[in-house]
Amino acid sequence: MATHARTAILNARLLDPDSRLDQRGSLLIDGGKIADHGPGLFRDGVPDGIEVIDADGACVAPGLVDLRAQVGEPGHEDNETLKTASQAAAAGGVTALACLPDTDPVIDDVAGLEFIARRAREVKLVKVFAYAGITRDLGGKELTEMGLLAEAGAVGFTDGGKAVADALVMQRALAYASIWGRPILQHPQEPRLATGAMNSGEIATRLGLSGIPAVAEVIMLERDLRLVEATGGRYHAADISTAESVAVIRAAKRKGLKVTCDTAPPYFTLTERDVGDYRTFFKLSPPLRTEDDRQAIVEGLADGTIDCITSDHLPWNQDAKRVPFAQAAFGSVGLETLLPLTLDLVHKGHMSLLDALAAVTIKPAAVLGLNLGRLRTGAAADLVIFDAERPWRVDAEALHSKSKNSCFDKHPVQGRVLRTLVDGRTVFQLAA
Amino acid sequence: MRFPHRHLLGIEGLSQAQINTILDLADTYVEQNRSPNKKSDVLRGKTVVNLFFENSTRTRTSFELAAKRLGGDAINMSVDGSSVKKGETLLDTATTLNAMHLDVLVVRHPESGAVKLLADKVNCAVISGGDGAHEHPTQALLDALTIRRNKGRLDGLTVTICGDILHSRVARSNIQLLNIMGARVRVVAPPTLLPRAIGELSVEVHHDMATGLKDADIVMMLRLQLERMQGQFVPSVREYYRFFGLDYEKLAAAKPDALIMHPGPMNRGVEIDSLVADDINRSVILQQVELGVAVRMACLDLLTQHGRNDPA
Repeated sequence: MATHARTAILNARLLDPDSRLDQRGSLLIDGGKIADHGPGLFRDGVPDGIEVIDADGACVAPGLVDLRAQVGEPGHEDNETLKTASQAAAAGGVTALACLPDTDPVIDDVAGLEFIARRAREVKLVKVFAYAGITRDLGGKELTEMGLLAEAGAVGFTDGGKAVADALVMQRALAYASIWGRPILQHPQEPRLATGAMNSGEIATRLGLSGIPAVAEVIMLERDLRLVEATGGRYHAADISTAESVAVIRAAKRKGLKVTCDTAPPYFTLTERDVGDYRTFFKLSPPLRTEDDRQAIVEGLADGTIDCITSDHLPWNQDAKRVPFAQAAFGSVGLETLLPLTLDLVHKGHMSLLDALAAVTIKPAAVLGLNLGRLRTGAAADLVIFDAERPWRVDAEALHSKSKNSCFDKHPVQGRVLRTLVDGRTVFQLAA
Repeated sequence: MRFPHRHLLGIEGLSQAQINTILDLADTYVEQNRSPNKKSDVLRGKTVVNLFFENSTRTRTSFELAAKRLGGDAINMSVDGSSVKKGETLLDTATTLNAMHLDVLVVRHPESGAVKLLADKVNCAVISGGDGAHEHPTQALLDALTIRRNKGRLDGLTVTICGDILHSRVARSNIQLLNIMGARVRVVAPPTLLPRAIGELSVEVHHDMATGLKDADIVMMLRLQLERMQGQFVPSVREYYRFFGLDYEKLAAAKPDALIMHPGPMNRGVEIDSLVADDINRSVILQQVELGVAVRMACLDLLTQHGRNDPA
């Protein structure tokens, strides 16, 4: 493929959440970058030698930047590979993702980061970034070599699905990571309180399942925020799921703390009721909460308390899910449903289209300090072309991900990715 | 008398009429079990497998006797439910057994929801013999039969369930059944042995035996399930017995003719005083065991009726 090929996208609704652009027009890609865009571009026709994509009125926005995804490598290739995860990402309009370090072996050294980088180069579909662990072996005790890891490309530090429980370790991690300009991501769950299988409450009681109380999240969050205040570290809370958490983060932001957070579509779309009769595909960490919590998450997104929406992509083969509920693995795939479920917030009138897109593009890019997620001249041509209105029904079997454990299987959604481009290259195109 | 359910996985989903159907039929089997010829041929040609992933003596024996008294063939299978690969074993076992043309599968499993998972994979009727802390429907039914035969009714009675509610499937099934039948249900336990949302299940919650047992018609004691406890739920057995163990002093708060029940096996001196447990005027614990066989015969009968009544 010629690297300096020029491509014109015509008849587009150009959207850029960063500059608040929402305009009909065309866009020119040259050498993998956005060379020009605007309403007047190609008014007099497209010159010869330029490939033409007719968007036919569809939206053209910066490709999605996903803050957290499990890609299965290394060690869990039976669930997902970097290739299948990249294909799923491309199909979901995700042009860049940051993969989590809870792999086997875990990513807590430079070699682990280099492995991911090499595999991403080989697969060459979407841009793949990697976190490194906060602690060695994600064991919660000893800090990783954060300086060396930052130099080797770690976009941030996190122990993935495990929370750093030891307050002293967390305090030092926040203090030390700050000099490398990388955020600390925490999955805030007080581990001693979060030993159950689903949200604590009437349904867990009725089903005879041990509960994960909402306080398990907010206790860890409040402790961490105290440490952020003490250290000046940069902190990002992953997967906010409760009303209390939203309130606590809202207050922290008012105070001026350097804190950001994200949630994932299940937490503003589903509730603990969806667990129904032990449906393991709805077993997530944090667990699906109550309707009140769900509404608070929507409000948090609407008022900007919650910065980002992530796929929280966690692929599991069916053996991990076709077991009794308490033994089933936590998590759902999410890369291919991230955009339509985010758009659901727009269709329901909770957020403007640009604000919703900001939560999956420029804001996550900003958390990681990446120069991505913008539609502007000179930026990489990482773009998603989508029909914001088109209704469809999620079909887990049709997902590109190697694992089909979607908690949105059969869910009706609105908004379909038509084409995804990375550096001007088409990496996904919806079959006509 | 048609029973519309294919399986019996829990009390949830049963109507008052369906529960009465089971209890009425069980009453007839009580008579059969007490007669010199205990065997009938209701289940002739039918195969019942007791698949137990958890230790059990009384429930398994009760089901086995029930099947044999009805003329069915009963086989017991014990599988270690605590092995690492138990998930796969469960579904593999289900499909394997399914290939052998069973009529009824009685399943006990240490995980909540496991019986339902298995029931979705087989063609035969499935009866839950207890799953995790979820449900133990035949225990609740035999408790109901015991109460009904002694008190003449369930409706309007005050039933106090005491002890380790948190880990108890017996409590969950009984709470549902007693509510469906119009009884008033109280639970008494320290907060550490109660599920957080227990108050949302239509029960009165007490932490004191004196108020919990006040004017109760029925006192159901539960076993302190030490084997299911991860970490410390009560400071010591001695302290638990002092405040929550049933002795004559605490029992005095209940009605003078209040019945004492226990699903067994009992921890004497932990949740119940031996003298109380063995009091022939108050304790119906052995009657529960007797009626358990009749209730399970009724369940086996009703769940196989469909196949039997089909024209060959």
